[in-house]
Amino acid sequence: MERRQEVRNGLKDGIAIGMGYFSVSFAFGMQAVSVGISPWIAALMSLTNMTSAGQFASLPLIVQNGSLIELALTQLVINLRYALMSLSLSQKLDHEVTIKDRLIIAFANTDEIFASASARPGKNTKYYQFALMVLPIIMWTLGTLCGGFINTLLPESLRSALGIAIYGMFLAIFIPPAKKRQEVRMVVLFAVLLSCLFHWMPGLDQISSGFVIIICTLLAAGMGACLFPIKEEC
Amino acid sequence: MNPLLAILVMALTTYLIRMLPLVLFHREITHPWVRSFLHYVPYAVLGTMTIPAVFYSTSSVVSAACGLGCGAYLAYREKDMVIVAVAAVIAVYLCELLL
Repeated sequence: MERRQEVRNGLKDGIAIGMGYFSVSFAFGMQAVSVGISPWIAALMSLTNMTSAGQFASLPLIVQNGSLIELALTQLVINLRYALMSLSLSQKLDHEVTIKDRLIIAFANTDEIFASASARPGKNTKYYQFALMVLPIIMWTLGTLCGGFINTLLPESLRSALGIAIYGMFLAIFIPPAKKRQEVRMVVLFAVLLSCLFHWMPGLDQISSGFVIIICTLLAAGMGACLFPIKEEC
Repeated sequence: MNPLLAILVMALTTYLIRMLPLVLFHREITHPWVRSFLHYVPYAVLGTMTIPAVFYSTSSVVSAACGLGCGAYLAYREKDMVIVAVAAVIAVYLCELLL
């Protein structure tokens, strides 16, 4: 009975993520086709990678015939933040989640899935985690395919507007807890300040975006841990 | 570059990054600082990734600011994720029609 409820909760949280993913991966599909990659190849990439920033960054390397090492390094830098998220998620799963389950859960530990999984009170069951993955994976792949085929039919203005969709999802995830809890607000503000500093400060602006995310996350979460240590389970 | 080979290399790299910490740290971390740190990671990541990148996500900074304002307001009112995302897209679209 509880299992069924967990699956239902997972699917429900997955709907929102899936709809957001559709619009973002739609934009990815359009961009992939515009640089000469087939919609099917782009969809295969989405299905197997499940990483927005990494996939966008791979396109120029693939079409300009960059090396595989360079490609792997780019992914490593852009996606290293997932290691932090996986580490954080490793503490959020209940003790019935086996190693084998973790191998599956790891596949789709994206920014949004991780954020949804973290936002729940208490520990997460594997049923919730599995159910949470399903719709985002389907929508991320399907959106890429649709974007790839529809590519040129959409006016430029609509394509531009779709670019903001992923940030809308981010806002919906971090603003409500930041509103309610001062310590979360401080961590977010500090992260934003650092991220702006790395973007505009001469010298610091040379650092690639993947490393900037890692450095700012380490500093902002580290500051939070020093100033506002968590007392009990939350 | 063979796109299939490229996809394989990317997928493996990204999977290993996600899988290793999740599998290696299956025991509970008890250290209070580390626990607090991991608790704050999602908020730090999302704050970093959103600003200033959101301003460059559309074809003009002004339309992006409109979308951000609209999205932030609805998120503050605790609206659903999809509503926030779709409203931000519509705000950008309308703004660019007027510009």
